[in-house]
Amino acid sequence: MMRISIEHIGLMAPGMAGWDAARPVLRGEQAPDTQTLPAFWPNLLPPNERRRTTALIKLALQAAEDALRHSPYALYELASVFASSEGDGEVVDRICQSLTLPDRPVSPTHFHNSVHNAPAGYWAIASGSRQFSTSLAAGADTFAAGLLEAATVAILQQRPVLLLSYDYALPPALAGRGYVDTIFGVALLLSAQASDATMGSLQLELKAGTVVPPILPAELAELREYNPAAAALPLLIALARAETADLALPCHDKLTLQIGIDM
Amino acid sequence: MSSEPLLITASSTVSALGRGIQVAKTALLQGRSGLRRNDYDDGRLDTWIGRVEGVENVVLPGALAPFDCRNNRLAALGLETDGFATAVATARQRYGARRIGLFLGTSTSGIEATEQAYLQRGSGDGPLPASFDYRHTHNTYSCADFTRQYLELEGPAQVISTACSSSAKVFATASRYIQAGWCDAAVIGGIDSLCLTTLLGFNALELVSAQPCRPWDRHRNGINIGEAAGFALLEPDPGRAGVALLGYGESSDAYHMSTPHPQGEGALLAMRRALDSAGLTPVQVDYINLHGTATSSNDRAEDQAVTRLFKEVPCSSTKGWTGHTLGAAGITEAVFCKLAIENGLMPGTLNLQDIDPGLSAPILRDTQQRPVRVAMSNSFGFGGSNCALVFGWQG
Repeated sequence: MMRISIEHIGLMAPGMAGWDAARPVLRGEQAPDTQTLPAFWPNLLPPNERRRTTALIKLALQAAEDALRHSPYALYELASVFASSEGDGEVVDRICQSLTLPDRPVSPTHFHNSVHNAPAGYWAIASGSRQFSTSLAAGADTFAAGLLEAATVAILQQRPVLLLSYDYALPPALAGRGYVDTIFGVALLLSAQASDATMGSLQLELKAGTVVPPILPAELAELREYNPAAAALPLLIALARAETADLALPCHDKLTLQIGIDM
Repeated sequence: MSSEPLLITASSTVSALGRGIQVAKTALLQGRSGLRRNDYDDGRLDTWIGRVEGVENVVLPGALAPFDCRNNRLAALGLETDGFATAVATARQRYGARRIGLFLGTSTSGIEATEQAYLQRGSGDGPLPASFDYRHTHNTYSCADFTRQYLELEGPAQVISTACSSSAKVFATASRYIQAGWCDAAVIGGIDSLCLTTLLGFNALELVSAQPCRPWDRHRNGINIGEAAGFALLEPDPGRAGVALLGYGESSDAYHMSTPHPQGEGALLAMRRALDSAGLTPVQVDYINLHGTATSSNDRAEDQAVTRLFKEVPCSSTKGWTGHTLGAAGITEAVFCKLAIENGLMPGTLNLQDIDPGLSAPILRDTQQRPVRVAMSNSFGFGGSNCALVFGWQG
C-alpha cells in the first residue's frame, strides 16, 4: 500500500480544454461538448523548438502547462513520468509513407520525434530538469501503470513528480487498429507529503483479480473506450467533486489497482 | 537514494554473436565480431549490421500467433535461450505469478510489421492489408503483453521506451517496484529488432557508418545498427551468491533531442547517482562498459563525463561485437558486465585501431583476463535519456 498527494491537475480533452473548464463537466453540471477538440497553445517551448514538434508532443506539454500554472515548484525540480499507449502515430505514418517513395526520404526530424520519449525530451529542454524521467507504455492500462511508477518515484525519492498520461488519435491509415482513436491528455502533480496545495490524497494498492472499470456517463465512457489516458476519468470526477471514493482500475489481466481517495 | 542489491538469478542473451551466454563469452575472448555487411534491406543501404541468425524461422506458440512479428520472434528466442523461461517457471512456483513484475525495454517494438504493411499497400492512401495486426505487433506494449502471456506472469507490467537507454532503465524500475513492495521479484529485459525506420532514420541523421563501427577511434564515423534480445530475473534475497545489481542512476540531459550534452553533464549525473545508489565511490569501480556508439559526438561527450568522475578505470565499448542494439543495448551490456565479473574478463574495444588523441578515458583495445569486482554499464539515448547501472559480486 502507498499513500500519495495530488497537488495540481491539468487536462486537455474534447470538450474539456483545461482543468478549470473541465470541472463543471466532471461534476455533471454541464454536458460535455466532446465534438470540440482542444486547441494547443503551449508556451513552455521556445518557437524554434515548438516548430519541430508534433500534435502529440503539444498535447503532452499543454497538459503539463495547465497543471503547473499554480505550482510552487521550479520546473527544474520536477521528476517526470510520461505514459502513452501508442506514442506518435502521426510520425510513424509519415515515416512509413516515406518508405514507399523512391529513395525513401525519411526525415531526420520525424525520426528523432518518433522515439516514445520525444515528449519527455522536449519537456526536459523546456523545463531544464535533469531529474528522473521515464517514458512507458502498458496498452489499455497505461494510465494505471504510469500512476504506479510516478507514485513510487515520488515516495522513494521524496520529490514532486509530474505524471503525464496522453494519447493522440491514430492517423486514418492506422485508425481502429490500436488502442487510441480520440484525444486525451491528463497531468497530475504528485507529492509524497500532504500540503496546503493537496487536492486529494490517494491510497494505492495492487490486488489480484480482474475488474470492470467504474461506470461513467455515456460521453465520458466513450472517451475512455478510445483513449487509455481517459482511464483517469473516474479519479478526475472524484477530485472535481471533492468527494471521497474507492475506485478499482484494471491493471492488466488478473490484476487490479485499488485507489482510495480522501479529501 | 540507496537501493538494496538484487541478485541476477537467471539471464539470457541473443545478439549478432549468436544465442546464449557461452557463445557471447567465447566471442569476447576470441575477438570474433558478429557484424556483417547489411543484408537485411537487400543491402540497399551501405552499412554493416548486427543481425541475429534464424529470427525468420521462429514459430510462436499457437495461442500467441497474433503477436507474430520480428520483434516478438526475437523475444521468444531470448526467452528460450540459457534456460530463461524454465528459470522463471521455477520462480513462479516460489513467489506466485502475481508477485513477479515484468519490465521490458524496446525502442521501435514491432514497427517492421507496420513498415511491411505500408510497403504492401504502396504509396496511395488505400487501406492497409486486413491481416496486419498493429495492436499485437507494433504497439509499444506488445513485447511485454507477449512475454507476460508466454511466461504466465500476472504481476505489474510495463514497457519502458526511452530509445537507447530503455533496457537499462528497466533495472531501475524493477528495483523500485521491489523496494516499494509492488512485487517480490522481477523479470526484466530488452528487445529491439532490425527495421527500416532505424536504418534509414539514423542514416538521415548521418550517424550510420559504411564500415564496421570503431568506438573511440580517431576515424570513427558512426554506428552499426544491431538487433538483440536479453532477459534477467532479479531477486532480492535468493539465499545464494552471485552477480547483483548494486545501484542505478537516471538523468535527463535537458539539452537536445538527438545530440548529447557536449560536456556529458547528463551522463555524469547518471553515473554519480548510480554510485550513490550503490553506496560506492569511483575508486571502487574496476571496469566500465561504455555506451560507446562510435559516433563522433557521443564518444566525445561520454569521454568527458567518464574522465571527470573516474581516474584510470579501464573501460571499453562492445558495440564492435554486436552493433548498437538500441533499446536492447542496456540488457545486452548488463549481461556482458555479469560475464566480466564471473570470469574476470574485461572485453576490449573491437575495431579500435588509432585511439582518438582527443579522448582521454583509459580505453581497452584488447580483451584482458583481470579480476572485476564492480562493473558499471552506461546507456544513453535520444531525448537526452541517461542510465548508468552498477553490478558487483554479492555473497
